[in-house]
Amino acid sequence: MIKDNMTSLQRVLTTLGHKEPDRVPFFLLLTMHGAKELGLSIEQYFSKSENVAEGQLRLRAKYRHDSIYNFFYAPIEIEAFGGEVIYHDDGPANSGEPFIKNFQDIKNLKIPDIKKSACLNKVLKSAHILKEKVGDQVPIIGVVMSPFSLPVMQMGFDKYIELIYERPDLFSHLMKINEEFCVNWANAQLDAGTTAICYFDPLSSTTITTKEMYLKTGFEVAKRTIAKIKGPTATHMASGRCLSIIEEIADTGTAIVGVSVEENIQELKNSCKNRLTVMGNLNGIEMRRWTPKQTEDNVKRVISQAGAGGGFILSDNHGEIPFQVPDEVLMAISDAVHKWGNYPLIY
Amino acid sequence: MEKNIDDFMEALLSLNRVAARRILEDAASIDKISFIENVVIAALERIGEGWKSGIFALSQVYMAGRICEELIDEILPPGDPDRKDQPKMAICVLSDHHKLGKTIVYSLLRASGFDLLDYGTMEVEELVQRIKDDKIKIILVSVLMLHSALKVKHLKEKLDSLNLDVKIVVGGAPFRFDKQLWQEVGADAMCSTASEAVLVIKSVMEGSL
Repeated sequence: MIKDNMTSLQRVLTTLGHKEPDRVPFFLLLTMHGAKELGLSIEQYFSKSENVAEGQLRLRAKYRHDSIYNFFYAPIEIEAFGGEVIYHDDGPANSGEPFIKNFQDIKNLKIPDIKKSACLNKVLKSAHILKEKVGDQVPIIGVVMSPFSLPVMQMGFDKYIELIYERPDLFSHLMKINEEFCVNWANAQLDAGTTAICYFDPLSSTTITTKEMYLKTGFEVAKRTIAKIKGPTATHMASGRCLSIIEEIADTGTAIVGVSVEENIQELKNSCKNRLTVMGNLNGIEMRRWTPKQTEDNVKRVISQAGAGGGFILSDNHGEIPFQVPDEVLMAISDAVHKWGNYPLIY
Repeated sequence: MEKNIDDFMEALLSLNRVAARRILEDAASIDKISFIENVVIAALERIGEGWKSGIFALSQVYMAGRICEELIDEILPPGDPDRKDQPKMAICVLSDHHKLGKTIVYSLLRASGFDLLDYGTMEVEELVQRIKDDKIKIILVSVLMLHSALKVKHLKEKLDSLNLDVKIVVGGAPFRFDKQLWQEVGADAMCSTASEAVLVIKSVMEGSL
């Protein structure tokens, strides 16, 4: 095993420049595992910024990965809008019943004031703490839901699809509100010490939306929004497919794309043509029951397919590793990257 | 028949309710059940398969199902004697408010001539009680998150402990991403697409599941 020569941030920046660093950077996108480290319930853990900061630091020390993930739970933005969050003992918090009950409610929707939002301020405080602790050694990743994807939690998936197809006027109004909120929220995190923003946009994936519809909707929203975010972004498809829209994703100005295990990562990497760094695509659901040998084989396979020339970060395919994935598998992923991910790749 | 399927699919994918209605009305005046079986289900199956292989998007699957459900409800209202003689069944989302998958399956089954109860979002305990009270024989469970999928195991144990003879049919992202998960949690079948639910229910009706 070769000793790492670069800091995590140097490693990541080198790969983003489509050059080979000392080894393949890898992001273990862990959220709830911090609660295990601190012996807290998931709800207790996310109730205090200090817990999340400490959890992230412990996880990084344990697994030697290349990022700090200052992500609490997906519906935190819904909470800021006044919606309900439901905690679970063994999984991520979910949004409750959608607060947009009918299309007309969209007209009365107000943009949350970040300074007055207790839940969002928890995230900003943990970003401050983490920045003080890690400085410029490690990238701190913050998270926003894309304005185009957030309505799944605001109004429910089915009603939102109907809105897109049948009420373009109200869809545009909702996007205007969500875009302003998203930009404010991303920039507040950057101001608080976050290095880069993960822009979760599963609705734009061709698993959910046709390319034709994406070009009229999610693509335009992403272009407008990402242009106003004052830092680098990673667009994540949260397990959705994106091969057929990869050039358009690059055109939105994002630096990284998080890709699905349902598509071939080598093909995705080739399609990026050095315009995007590919992040992925270990199967986060399946890894719960991987043996050490399967883990090593999967890590080795993905690195061999996408690692050459940089422009690649190894991670799971969803952007959040399930609570049920055991420490042994996470450690085996780390060991395999440190064993097989050193540049120049020898296989 | 093939042209009917192609035309109907095209109408659904382009959200052309008028064209879909015209095709259905023209053909259904002859034999509505035969048309549903051979054209509606076939078209929805192909759209579902197209989604599985990455050709179509989930938004198209959803809208196609909704259009068919509306049209079929007009020519074959709930309770119509021509609706299928079927085991009593229900559908729910387990421990989550993400209802799209459930809504798609519900629409597609209704569009295929089946009747089923929609339980909405349920936790295991209340679901078992509803299954018992309603004498359900097939429960379709949709999930989005892994921790919800793992709760199916608890559902299975509860149903077994009460000696309730109920087939559990599961679907949703965790089952698509881990092909062994449905067996691990004790489900009787897993559907990768909504249209596969039709085939599974037919298997139960034929006694082969």
